[in-house]
Amino acid sequence: MDFIGGKLLQVVIALAIFAAIIGIIMLVVDRAPKSVKDKVTVAGFLAPAAILMLVGLVYPAVRTSMLAFTDASGNGNGFDNFVWMFTQPEALTTLRNTVIWTVLVPLLSTSFGLAYAVFIDKARGEKVLKSLVFMPMAISFVGAGIIWKLVYDYRGPGLEQTGVINFLRDALGLDPKQFLLDAPENTIFLIVVMVWIQTGFAMVILSAAIKGVPVELIEAARLDGANAWQQFRNVTVPGIRGALVVVLTTITIATLKVFDIVRTMTAGNYDTSVVANEMYTQAFRAGEPGRGAALALILFLMVLPIVVYNARVLRKQREIH
Amino acid sequence: MKKTKYLLPVATAGVLALTLSACSGDGGGGGSTAGSSDCSAYDTYGKHDGKTVSVYSTIVDTEATNLEESWKQFEQCTGITIKYEGSKEFETQIGVRAQSGTAPDVAIFPQPGLLATQARAGYLKPAPKTVSDLVDKNWSPDWKKYGTVDGTYYGAPMLANVKGYVWYSPKTFKDKGWEVPKTWAQMMDLTKKIADDKTMKPWCAGFESGEATGWPGTDWIEDVVLRAQGPEVYDQWVNHQIPFNDPKIVKAFDQVGDILLNPAYVNGGFGDPRSILSTAFAQAGQPVLDGQCAMHHQASFQAANWPAGTNVAEDGDVWAFMTPPVDESKGTAITGGGETVGAYKDTPEVQAYLAFMASADFANNRVKLGGAISANKGLDPNNAQSALDKQSIQLLQDPKTVFRFDGSDLMPSAVGSNSFWKGIVSWINGSSSQQVTDSIEASWPKS
Repeated sequence: MDFIGGKLLQVVIALAIFAAIIGIIMLVVDRAPKSVKDKVTVAGFLAPAAILMLVGLVYPAVRTSMLAFTDASGNGNGFDNFVWMFTQPEALTTLRNTVIWTVLVPLLSTSFGLAYAVFIDKARGEKVLKSLVFMPMAISFVGAGIIWKLVYDYRGPGLEQTGVINFLRDALGLDPKQFLLDAPENTIFLIVVMVWIQTGFAMVILSAAIKGVPVELIEAARLDGANAWQQFRNVTVPGIRGALVVVLTTITIATLKVFDIVRTMTAGNYDTSVVANEMYTQAFRAGEPGRGAALALILFLMVLPIVVYNARVLRKQREIH
Repeated sequence: MKKTKYLLPVATAGVLALTLSACSGDGGGGGSTAGSSDCSAYDTYGKHDGKTVSVYSTIVDTEATNLEESWKQFEQCTGITIKYEGSKEFETQIGVRAQSGTAPDVAIFPQPGLLATQARAGYLKPAPKTVSDLVDKNWSPDWKKYGTVDGTYYGAPMLANVKGYVWYSPKTFKDKGWEVPKTWAQMMDLTKKIADDKTMKPWCAGFESGEATGWPGTDWIEDVVLRAQGPEVYDQWVNHQIPFNDPKIVKAFDQVGDILLNPAYVNGGFGDPRSILSTAFAQAGQPVLDGQCAMHHQASFQAANWPAGTNVAEDGDVWAFMTPPVDESKGTAITGGGETVGAYKDTPEVQAYLAFMASADFANNRVKLGGAISANKGLDPNNAQSALDKQSIQLLQDPKTVFRFDGSDLMPSAVGSNSFWKGIVSWINGSSSQQVTDSIEASWPKS
């Protein structure tokens, strides 16, 4: 079969080129005069990553920012795209939805993850219970979207239900319900999908952090007469502060980017669109790259403070240890 | 633990193996069968051994399998391998792919409006002279117009479909004594009669189609505009000589709404009118066979969506009548569509493929497999696999029929592939006709 041979050859060539580049860098760094050796070492090893980042991240970011101030035919139009974003009802709905997502998903995922981690801590079958909750993370967002779309499926009252939830509602004697057509509750039902996925992530990280809280502290608290809830609030939670921040910020950033779930389940219709989805629709379907770029810029500005905060907390953590 | 030492390399090897198999798994239809079929008909296309032509289109599932079958002999005789890819996201992805430089060799556009956008952006190659001549020979001048952008000819039509059919079960109609309506007024009377009978709802519909959700609704609106307002208004509407929210168009929306928004009339087999949005278009006709719905409005290609073994005949399981005219004196007008085959490259093998697709050979091959028709004059109507296809071909080839291409396919893609669909969705979900037409009008590109 010539295609497998061809692909294998490509893999080998790619690996060889990679090894060659690393080899050349190491050679140059080694040969550098002693006086500047440190600086050359740092520069040499950072160079490939820096160059790729410049080309793949910095340049497109600058170009997109400039694009955000143009109209559909490429001529500059000042702040028109931003005016559109904050006055058009559909665009405002998109921003509103994004805020709802960003507030609810991290909060719910982290709370459920934390609660689950605490309850199964040192329980029997802990590993099995953990992997059950973690499994949704292994599914792509698109796959999860399709699964839940089928779960929410709807048929009229009196007809045979094909969606799991409506089937249960029918069994309990309730009327079947359209889950994805009514705003704003349909956003909540979409959020359920993302919480389902991210809880596993939160749980795994927080479980490890909880195990890292020194046992002596908890025992001391118990000796002082604290009950389980007071132990949790006053000893455990402060002890896992770093992990909590990491989990919250990571999930927040992932939520700001959410696109696949919305696109797969509702294609952005019924007032469920979020910024990332709208950016795609505007840029590629409506032929308005300027508006898409403006939305991308807003998304970037929304993510920036969170990333900065994350970095600051991590640096403080490193200073403590 | 000794086991973990081997776990990592084995896992890595496993992942690599999976990746490689994913990369090499596709396109295995390289035609290595020892088919010694008659290749003399394919001599005009030359020999292009070992060459590949990548083709991208919206056609998926059964229709796609049939398409690949129809050019298998061409592949064997010319040595070209056709790598076919179908995707429901074509309308969005083709623009993305063209912009990013990864366009396919050939793209089959379901909308002339989208073809025009790509041509004006400079990505498409004009059609070779052989194709242009073939089209002059095999199609009526109307069809050639749909592939022409700003005076340059870009692509031959492929297949055609006749839209506006209303599918029904002849047995049910006979048992209940219902008659096929000859005018719109008669159809509305029949609708009311069936609703009052209360054994089933008169209409079932499904608009869900992923990113393209809403497109069957545009077919409804176009059928009513063409019949109730006439072909001249239809043309003005499509060419934006009247605004989208012109009172005539709003009236057409309301006329369709008399059916689609009425809970007594829809959605047979699925629930209330809003379930139209959550029902996939390919499954929406099923209640007609199950006796839960009387009529389903869909194009001729619905024939491919019935379960295997369904007898599509005037006295069979399911049949279709053409949406009747509002004013019988204005004559038979039908809407229909068709794909246009456009090319991003002009290599010899691509040109050979384009010539084949414009020929009567392809049309006859494909129509013989069923579920498709073509407006190609070289098509023998007797090749049609069903009586309905034969009827559709005759309608297309009849000079007395007023034929209009599907409106949303002719409009600029920002409307026809985006805001018109979304407008239909929010209209079924409760927005008023005026609101929806206003917002679609606002989205028409100002160029």
